[in-house]
Amino acid sequence: MERSEDAAEAGMSNRWPEILVALFLFAIGVIVVSDSIRVGTGWEEGEGPRAGYFPFYIGSILLISSGWILIGALARIRKPQPQFATWEELRSVMQMLVPLSIYIVAVVFLGLYVSSFVLIAYFMKVHGKFGVIGTVLTSVGVPLAAFMLFERWFLVPLPKGPLELMLGL
Amino acid sequence: MEELNNLMHGFSVALTLPNLGFMVLGITLGILIGVLPGLGGANGIAILLPLTFSMDQTSAIIMLSCIYWGALFGGAITSILFNIPGEPWSVATTFDGFPMAQQGRAGAALTAAFTSSFVGAFFAVLLITFLAPLVAKFALKFGAAEMFAVQMLTFCSFVGMSKEPPAKTLAVMALGFAMAAVGMDTVTGTLRMTFGYPELLKGFDFLIAVIGLFGIGEILLTMEEGLAFKGKSAKIQLNVVLQTWKELLRYWRTSLRSVLVGCWMGVTPGGATPASFMAYGLARRGAKDKDTFGKGNIEGVVAPETAAHAAGTSALLPMLTLGIPGSPTAAVLLGGLLIWGLQPGPLLFTEKPDFVWGLIASMYLGNIVGLIVVLTTVPWWAAILRIPFSVIGPVIIVICAIGAYTVHSSIFDVVMMLVFGVFGYLFKKLRYPLAPLVLALVLGDMAESSFRQSMLLSQGSLDIFWANPLVAGLMLLSFTMLLWPIVPALKHYLRGRG
Repeated sequence: MERSEDAAEAGMSNRWPEILVALFLFAIGVIVVSDSIRVGTGWEEGEGPRAGYFPFYIGSILLISSGWILIGALARIRKPQPQFATWEELRSVMQMLVPLSIYIVAVVFLGLYVSSFVLIAYFMKVHGKFGVIGTVLTSVGVPLAAFMLFERWFLVPLPKGPLELMLGL
Repeated sequence: MEELNNLMHGFSVALTLPNLGFMVLGITLGILIGVLPGLGGANGIAILLPLTFSMDQTSAIIMLSCIYWGALFGGAITSILFNIPGEPWSVATTFDGFPMAQQGRAGAALTAAFTSSFVGAFFAVLLITFLAPLVAKFALKFGAAEMFAVQMLTFCSFVGMSKEPPAKTLAVMALGFAMAAVGMDTVTGTLRMTFGYPELLKGFDFLIAVIGLFGIGEILLTMEEGLAFKGKSAKIQLNVVLQTWKELLRYWRTSLRSVLVGCWMGVTPGGATPASFMAYGLARRGAKDKDTFGKGNIEGVVAPETAAHAAGTSALLPMLTLGIPGSPTAAVLLGGLLIWGLQPGPLLFTEKPDFVWGLIASMYLGNIVGLIVVLTTVPWWAAILRIPFSVIGPVIIVICAIGAYTVHSSIFDVVMMLVFGVFGYLFKKLRYPLAPLVLALVLGDMAESSFRQSMLLSQGSLDIFWANPLVAGLMLLSFTMLLWPIVPALKHYLRGRG
């Protein structure tokens, strides 16, 4: 089984992603159905359908369809699986996903402008091998342009952090 | 010819200097969105939507729909010059477009693509002009049950027509409906699935979902492919354009066939992507020189581009007349209309004729403006694609984050965007379709309220969905679509026994 996967390029098979996503959807289905039962799925005399009436059906469809996918995936578990992605590909995805996640956390605490500067500078310097001048110009320029466009022109405030507070913006 | 009078009035609404400016701006932004990886029609419009809140309604929708046309045009540029489909519906364009560019015929391929796009869109707008008022008039008679039946048909069509496994289509659709149900129930005021988190009170906004699923998800997919843009440069000379146009006249039969395929797939929510593949397949089957397909046959560019644009444009017909979008991008436009307090549907035609006809007129103008803009500016777009992904990638992420934040000025939405992004990636890899999820999220509340209204009318009896021939017919068609995937299996089984 493993040999057929090795024959091409080493990587992760579809087996566990398929099962985990189906399990996740099934769990959502359980939440939807149980919450619908909590708020009432029945008929309120003189009022009509209760709040859980429609979501109950939706949750049931989700349970059935994700259960179906899950059973299918479990039945195939010992058979050769199509490849999800090669390790090399997954490494590339992680190179984006990890900084991206850090960026999102940073936006929450440092505001959007500072985080964006760091994100762009990081990618240009580490992956793009750009010179210092080009990196600084682009990574400062983009947040600055966003600031002018949103805060000044369209009057839409974007998330700010301690630095902006210090500068009194 | 009442439609023509209305249309003329629409032209007078759309043809003002500021509106023409918005058209050019929209087309340009749209091409940019279409060319850049990670930004597509749906999430591009979602990101730009908050910027239009302060604009005049008609100008805003004209600009947004022009972004849509621009994105449709832009997808072709990357397919032909870089063999990278900027949008899923331009995958089929790469089959013959890229070989043509490699043979040094990039100018001809681009001209053919843009012109075919224009032709496809033009016929679809004609269809909208004359059919939409009729559909709207007919739909005025719809009650809650008929409305729900139409929505049911939309969703069942996804199951019946999508290439993805039916169970997965059903699952993401239910997920979309479930997310739409989160928050306060508009009828009873009960809180559903919020579990005490105030962030969940307003539910999940589909704009955030679109930005995450299509934007961030696409960036992750792009990373996986390892981006090396090795493109052909392109300039379009006037004599090449004229020569190609002359050549294109010979393929009128392919164009016409592709228009029909596209319009059909656009109105029924098949979408632009299957339409482009189907038209490509039909063109190859019908051609005398089948072997040249895939090696740079201009007909292989004409067919998918015509069909994709016809589908992309005619997807607006059910959106305007019934309030049911035929594609994710149409869904985002619908979301925009709702935010401006315009309820798409049959009443829109009688209550806001200025708006509707202004929009339809702008479709004609937008496509003409688009064709001119795109033919004259190709070299610039090609140059943008030479900027390394290490610059474009993080900048697009910043744009997505800004877009997600500005929808409700909520930092929670930015975090949700990341979650949706990861799922967008996983779903794409595991062949879960994204379009039904987005549509279910948009239409969830509407479908629920029409279902509940029908139940109220019938005092809880499902018989209301069989009460008259119209609603029964729609329901019957829905179930046929829903069960369609079983047919091949059934055939196989019967043949095995017999």
